[in-house]
Amino acid sequence: MTQAAAISAGTPVPARANSGGNTGDAVFALACRAAGASVLLLLGGIIVSLFIGGLPAFEKFGVEFLWSTEWDPVTEVFGAGVSIYGTVVTAIIAIVLAVPVAFGVAFTLTELAPNWLRRPVGTAVELLAAVPSIIYGMWGFFLIAPIMAEYVQPLAIDTLGEVPGIGFLFQGPPFGTGIFTAALILAIMILPFIAATMRDVFSQVPAVYKESAYGLGCTTWEVMKGVVLPYTRVSVAGGIMLGLGRALGETMAVTFVIGNANRITTTLFGPGNTIASVVALEFGESETGSLKLAALLALGFILFVLSFIVLAISRFLLRSRLKG
Amino acid sequence: MSATTQPALAPAKNAAVAARLGRSRKRGDMMARSLSLLATSIGLIFLTSILVTLFYKGFNAMNLSVFTEVTRPPGSNGGLLNAIVGSLIQVALGTAIGTPIGMLVGTYLAEYARGSAFGGMVRFVSDILLSAPSILIGLFVYSLLVLPFGGFSGWAGVAALAIIIIPIVVRTTEDMLSLIPNTLREAVIGLGSPKWKMIVLVCWRSAISGIITGVLLGIARIAGETAPLLFTSLGNNAWSTDLTQPLPSLPITIYSYAGSPFQDWIELAWAGALVITLAVLGLNIAARSLFSGKK
Repeated sequence: MTQAAAISAGTPVPARANSGGNTGDAVFALACRAAGASVLLLLGGIIVSLFIGGLPAFEKFGVEFLWSTEWDPVTEVFGAGVSIYGTVVTAIIAIVLAVPVAFGVAFTLTELAPNWLRRPVGTAVELLAAVPSIIYGMWGFFLIAPIMAEYVQPLAIDTLGEVPGIGFLFQGPPFGTGIFTAALILAIMILPFIAATMRDVFSQVPAVYKESAYGLGCTTWEVMKGVVLPYTRVSVAGGIMLGLGRALGETMAVTFVIGNANRITTTLFGPGNTIASVVALEFGESETGSLKLAALLALGFILFVLSFIVLAISRFLLRSRLKG
Repeated sequence: MSATTQPALAPAKNAAVAARLGRSRKRGDMMARSLSLLATSIGLIFLTSILVTLFYKGFNAMNLSVFTEVTRPPGSNGGLLNAIVGSLIQVALGTAIGTPIGMLVGTYLAEYARGSAFGGMVRFVSDILLSAPSILIGLFVYSLLVLPFGGFSGWAGVAALAIIIIPIVVRTTEDMLSLIPNTLREAVIGLGSPKWKMIVLVCWRSAISGIITGVLLGIARIAGETAPLLFTSLGNNAWSTDLTQPLPSLPITIYSYAGSPFQDWIELAWAGALVITLAVLGLNIAARSLFSGKK
């Protein structure tokens, strides 16, 4: 490893007369380094361009932009409150729905399923991640939303809606689309990311630990609960944060099913919007140089900050796994 | 786990307690197992449901004119030819631009920057970009290439897709290069080869199947991207291959058709959705089998 590190660090190799190594090495190293630097420039460029683009809106509305719930293109008053609320709420519900299922998938794939089944099932779950988000949008809009409107929501409104304390979450007309449907679609979309991370870290638990627990007479579930989960909990949290980061910025699927209304409703079945859905929908109707365009870019900047923080935490939590 | 600490009890009254405990532990285990299997089947049911819906609706709408006619106003038997060609152009060029950059970055991380702080930063940023919302890449390219140059263009779409594929290629390239044993590198250097020849002729060659896998997965990802194209190549209902003008693409056409009130447009959207999903899932499966075959 030390020798390799020395080589990697660019220890000069004795040049030979005919190899042209020095020039070639210099050029190639420069190209690689420049490409590496370009990635940093890219991130910097995204931050700066969104911030500068959104500056007129930040200047006009100040910090209040963050929580003002007004969005009126006619009077040119814009606030991010509703879409930030929608973004965070849909993402959190999606996590709540997706994590138990992802855990079940990972548990099955690492401990329960016979070997011949692991690969095909694992691949199938990963294919869920490959389906383009617009397909989720169409599927959600044409299949899931009618099912929600027809069966799920009326049932929930009649039963859960009557429960004191939490009933207000499940009231209102069953549109089919809305916050909850969007969160459900998001949950399905992020499921494979969380499940894949969990599976990877579960399978890295040293076999000796698990065997010791089995040797003491533990059941499979007790080994998972008492050995595997405590051993991997930091990485598991990292995987969940990764899913959260994905859920925050998902655009097309949400745009189809969230109902697109600029208001905050207490019921989960009410329509709403997210930062990404507002940007995608309203962008076409905003003129170059208008305050609305600036407001949309400012929304983009807020979304970037949100997802950057979440993804950075995720990387931080997963770093031990990445190292080895 | 607490169950394993039970033997401290007096043995006499233990048999019944132990039996009960054993039963409840077994029940807990069975419950956890069944719930996990249920969760896995839920995941598989969703995948199946998406595929069945797509095939059912897509095949009903599928016919030859989808591939031979361009998009037309509702009611006049249009197809998706211009959208498919536009997508192919943008994805091909985006891949052609993004792949070499991504490979160089991955090579930098694996061969030059192991353990360096700058390299760590590049790796971190690249991983953030890998999961960053693609809609923001679209907004970025919009401010960079659309606003200053006075309009939506195919090139802007190409740039957005290239930016999206870069971190995917970076990740696989670095991962694949790190798998190569250092003894191989030492052997090449020991023969007197310059470092760049070692990387290009030996390391890249040993890692090539993994890198191709990554590129295929990247293509699959950008082929279905819709949000970034909304702000860059915009879409176009006429036949166009001019990259300086708004360029049609399959995802954008599906998006606008699926949201339209016209039945024949919605059917075309399903046909397009089936085409794109088959392409994307096909690429994924091809990539995976290529990788597992070569390993």
